[in-house]
Amino acid sequence: MTIGRRALLTGGAAAGLGAAAAAGAALSRRSDGPVVPVAATTTGTGTDTGTRTIAFHGPRQAGVTDEPQAHGAFVAFTLAKDVDRAALGRMLRLLTDDASRLTRGEPALADTEADLAVLPAGLTVTFGFGPGLYRAAGLPSPVTDLPSFTIDRLQDRWSGGDLLLQICADDALTVTHAQRMMIKDARPFGSVRWVQRGFRRSPGVQAAEFTQRNVLGQLDGTANPKDAARDTAVWNADHSTQLVVRRIRAEIETWDLLSVGDKENSVGRRMTSGAPFTGVAEHDEPDFTAVDEGGLPVMPDFAHVTRAHVTDPQLKILRRPYNYDEAPDSSGRPDSGLVFASYQADTARQFLPIQRRLAEKDLLNEWTTPIGSAVFAVPPGCSEGGWIGEHLLS
Amino acid sequence: MQTVAFARRTRLVAVPALCAALALTGCGGTEAASPTAAGEPAASASAVTATALTVRDPWVKAADSGMTAAFATLVNNTGADVTIESATSPASPLELHTMVMKDGAMVMQPKEGGFVIKAGGTHELSPGGDHLMLMQPTAAIKAGDEVTFTLNLVGGGTVDFTAVAKPFVGAQESYDPGMEMGGMPSASAGAHS
Repeated sequence: MTIGRRALLTGGAAAGLGAAAAAGAALSRRSDGPVVPVAATTTGTGTDTGTRTIAFHGPRQAGVTDEPQAHGAFVAFTLAKDVDRAALGRMLRLLTDDASRLTRGEPALADTEADLAVLPAGLTVTFGFGPGLYRAAGLPSPVTDLPSFTIDRLQDRWSGGDLLLQICADDALTVTHAQRMMIKDARPFGSVRWVQRGFRRSPGVQAAEFTQRNVLGQLDGTANPKDAARDTAVWNADHSTQLVVRRIRAEIETWDLLSVGDKENSVGRRMTSGAPFTGVAEHDEPDFTAVDEGGLPVMPDFAHVTRAHVTDPQLKILRRPYNYDEAPDSSGRPDSGLVFASYQADTARQFLPIQRRLAEKDLLNEWTTPIGSAVFAVPPGCSEGGWIGEHLLS
Repeated sequence: MQTVAFARRTRLVAVPALCAALALTGCGGTEAASPTAAGEPAASASAVTATALTVRDPWVKAADSGMTAAFATLVNNTGADVTIESATSPASPLELHTMVMKDGAMVMQPKEGGFVIKAGGTHELSPGGDHLMLMQPTAAIKAGDEVTFTLNLVGGGTVDFTAVAKPFVGAQESYDPGMEMGGMPSASAGAHS
């Protein structure tokens, strides 16, 4: 499961529903059916969803620790050969200006479809710089591509990238418009390398405090650090962070063959509640010392949660993934999975050890396949009149 | 609207002047509805200063070579009409252009009388409408470049602004010198005379 694994990555696990109750939201159970994580109160007419804005300007970029919006597009570019530091400055001034306007719900300069800009729906545009951008600027890169793992089946069409725009909003058309506008302005400086679009639950569908599910049905993100622990995991002192984007294909045809118990064994959590095998609620801490009557660990050594578990806040990562679901093939086999995205202050210190443990032994690998991988430095934000990357490139 | 820049006039003399009488309503097309206080003729706005006019959201279409155009929203902050009689830029000779329907096609022409921004009103310079035409840029205007302009107002005031160059594929009509512009194939100011 592409997702469960990610959840695991943050040190925890996938699970969920029990936690929901703890979070104060209302759970309802239809007779013997699944638990439904409805909101505790009605959320109003929903018109706020369209007009909501998230500030673009600030010391840190938006779209990182904000609650993930429903729709995301990860757009990676390959810089043209002749792009130097001056050209990077021109490009980033243009793109920063676009982002600052569009996130306010205003058309970009030269926006040919200004009517599509008026509902920002919580739009954020987050800039990531790949190793190639630093090369073009003649600067040392704070990030390098990940080493290859035996579980990888990486494809060039989903890997690498010199510049990344992570465009997120609670409305797919808003994302589409921002993506189009910014690709037009980036085009003189390079080509589109790949675009990965994904989705989460729509606003109002379930209460925000509930963990979301991935296409394998797992609660995904249970172990994400929160509040101060989240900031510790994500931000460097200079307000930069780093982003790993991996496309994780879900092998749903074979996942479908499993019983619920087998699915749970791969992760170490209950599918419905998300509770670890040693607990009853999603956010119960797994007890890796517990043994069953036969003397075996209750949390299996090969389970995703066990492999990914991290306790030190300095070593956790913040997962901000999106599901993807492209068209199935002619025999109905899905093309689905996870656009795994994680933010961490230092990829080598935080992400890599977790990924190594998962690659070495994680039962969930049987049903998830990494097919794309890219790493980006996420520079600090900027103030009004400034531009992303200015401190590096000017 | 008789406040035409005289220096420029000599170059424009061969252009059909059918637009002159229409300068405000017929050609402008995109003028925002302005406060009705605008009873005075534009020529009376001789006391305008640089702060009388605000240039909002300026941009210029990036171009590797040849003619290109600049756009913005002009806001008149005063109670009197403001007229732009000419514009200059270190990047290129400039003309004030408008789009008119001629023989069934939209063509661009020099704007007779300049751009009049009604008292308290706004005036859009936009693709397909009025614009500042860069007749012969001295160098490529690359995406992200910043180009400075000066607007010269009737009455002597000037307004400086900087426009960022945007990649833009629209406004093709402004860039086809073969279109009723004198029939010359090259994108030069000569096409207008």
